[in-house]
Amino acid sequence: MNIEALIASTFDGLMLGFVFGLMAMGLTLIFGVMKVINLGHGPLIAIGMFAVLVMSQSLGINPYLTLPVIIVIGLLTGIVMYFVALHRVINSPELTTLLATFSVNMMITGLMTVIFSTSPRGLDVTLGSLQFGRVTILGTRVAAVVIAVVVTIALYFFLYRTRQGKSIRAVANNRGAAELMGINSSWVLGLSFGIGAMLAMISGMLLATMFSFTVLTGNALETKSFVIVVLGGLGNPTGALFGGIIIGLLESITTIFIPVSWVPVLEFVVFIMILLVRPNGIFGARSS
Amino acid sequence: MSRKIFTLCSLLTVLAIALAACATPTTEAPKPTAVPPTSAPAATAAPAVPATAAPKPPKPLVLGFTASQTGAQQVASKKQIEGLQLWLDDVKKAGGIKLKDGTIYMPEMKFYDDESKTDRVQALYTKLINDDKADFLFSPYSSGLAKAAAVVSEQNGKVMITAGAADDATMEQGFKNTFQLYTPASRYLTGAVDALQKFVPTAKKVAIVYEKDSFSTSVAAAAQPYAKSKGLEVVIYEGYDTGTTDFAPFINKIVAANPDAIIGGGHFADGTTFSKQLFEKKVPVKFVSILVAPPEPTFKDIGDAAVGIIGPSQWEPQVTYSADAAKAANMPYYGPSNKAFVDTYTAKYSSAPSYHSAGGYAQGLIFQKAIEDADSIDPAKIVAALDKMNLMTFYGVVKFSTDAKTHGKQEAHSMVYMQWQKDASGKLVTQIVWPLAAKSADAVLR
Repeated sequence: MNIEALIASTFDGLMLGFVFGLMAMGLTLIFGVMKVINLGHGPLIAIGMFAVLVMSQSLGINPYLTLPVIIVIGLLTGIVMYFVALHRVINSPELTTLLATFSVNMMITGLMTVIFSTSPRGLDVTLGSLQFGRVTILGTRVAAVVIAVVVTIALYFFLYRTRQGKSIRAVANNRGAAELMGINSSWVLGLSFGIGAMLAMISGMLLATMFSFTVLTGNALETKSFVIVVLGGLGNPTGALFGGIIIGLLESITTIFIPVSWVPVLEFVVFIMILLVRPNGIFGARSS
Repeated sequence: MSRKIFTLCSLLTVLAIALAACATPTTEAPKPTAVPPTSAPAATAAPAVPATAAPKPPKPLVLGFTASQTGAQQVASKKQIEGLQLWLDDVKKAGGIKLKDGTIYMPEMKFYDDESKTDRVQALYTKLINDDKADFLFSPYSSGLAKAAAVVSEQNGKVMITAGAADDATMEQGFKNTFQLYTPASRYLTGAVDALQKFVPTAKKVAIVYEKDSFSTSVAAAAQPYAKSKGLEVVIYEGYDTGTTDFAPFINKIVAANPDAIIGGGHFADGTTFSKQLFEKKVPVKFVSILVAPPEPTFKDIGDAAVGIIGPSQWEPQVTYSADAAKAANMPYYGPSNKAFVDTYTAKYSSAPSYHSAGGYAQGLIFQKAIEDADSIDPAKIVAALDKMNLMTFYGVVKFSTDAKTHGKQEAHSMVYMQWQKDASGKLVTQIVWPLAAKSADAVLR
């Protein structure tokens, strides 16, 4: 075993894990608040990728400066998506909301395929790198970690320190009781969906600065998000962050020891094991 | 209320499906546009129609194929189709393909977007044969898609010329009507091993990394024993999944093995990403040769990461195939000169042709020559003409195997190796660096 390769891969995995965590936080937040499994999560990630692509290539804006615009687009898209596709079926069985978000997935994917085709795209972003012996830390990954951490802290500040955030937590805990306290649950649910979509788009934007992507990349990442969410505990944003880091490290470190094409297999073995042994996730509450 | 919601959801689903369908329209070949005069092979190669005979109206000849207008193979496929379209322009300019009895055939293209997907290729080639009544077939781009198309064409007894398909295994199934234009995959990177030993005589260790698809696996499987036979130690021999975007952990693994060279790769998307990440991670190897991506002009979009990357190429604009070269080799030359092809292509598409473009043109050119040699469009006679063919074009020498097991496999065409370098003004340019006899510049080590 080469210790330098291990160190380099640990850094790579750790940094990528923060972005994976952010990506999965959007999915788990929506589930935690309204018990909806958002199958439109992948296309939302893809919208983030293509939003930064369009703004940087067509308008010449630095990809990192598009973040405020993507935050606004994400929030609005999520809120609109909630009131158009989910609001009327929010109290229906979970299968109904699942199908509703699946329809949204198909619509967005179809529309984006018409506009962008499924050809590979990429951003030419270079932020230099730091070299320690044979360990190279890329600037784009450092920037992604910084943004992911700042967004996570901001989210926690919002949820625990603001009135709107406390309303979201109240609705997540007991929607009926929250409504009795005068909280407009429809608006809170819409806002929660908006925040979930925003997190997905920010992660898409950050991933676009690191890798090439297509319209369909989001759907592959959606699957990865499910693994992370189950690992971290459904409905638990902190768990999603740590789940993301675990998956990032797992992908990177295991590549050193096993053929790279076996890594996805290992990921899903972990997924099945968690479902069997600890269905509430590593960071979820134990079942009574 | 719930019924309304379900109705709404159903409508949205139908709309989504309709939109998705819009993304992959059945695409008619674009109308040919006027191209500046070039050497028109049909005009020069076909005999003149007797002056007394009344000119016969051209008969249509439907050429069917699929193009990857979307999906992973889009970039290379687009170039291949552009080359094919240019050939069609030249044939139309020359008045069609003429037989000795004065019959004129005017080729017309019928193609669909296969979305770079095998299952669509099989369905669409069936449609081309049964519904569109295609007379002859050309292959889609990439070995995997061409393999799927070949199965359908062979089952239906249709003659198909493949371009963009170098997989050996496909052509070792005893096919009767499929003919391969590209140098087979087994010979793609063997030259890179020779070049490595010439350019870096101290090289002892090589990493072979490849996309786990039919073509790239064939290339790697042939390169590994060849490298070993040349005394090199293969320190990594490993595939990665199609669609891989994050090579960072894989690159860490490669660096840990401390190779002197990296050879392998796959197709355009992964090749460009891999090259870019090798550059970003400052991987200390002097020689990198990867498949498919480097010969594409858009490879230079990755900037300095492209410098020093070597790519095996079926053809490059600087190649020296010519009528004189053919004469020296005691074989016939057919079609436009290399310069005429490059100039006409550049004028029409405002970009330099890649080897995929040349392959597309040559696909049509070889088919045209086969019809002229057969003096018929009877499939059996065309197969016989292709079996006898041994000639040089601007694309190189073409000769097909007549052995029962490997029938149609390319035997004579050979690769050149190009490298991205910076010219005196700092602009990225390609140069042929191997074989030395054909080099346009010395190789630059990374």
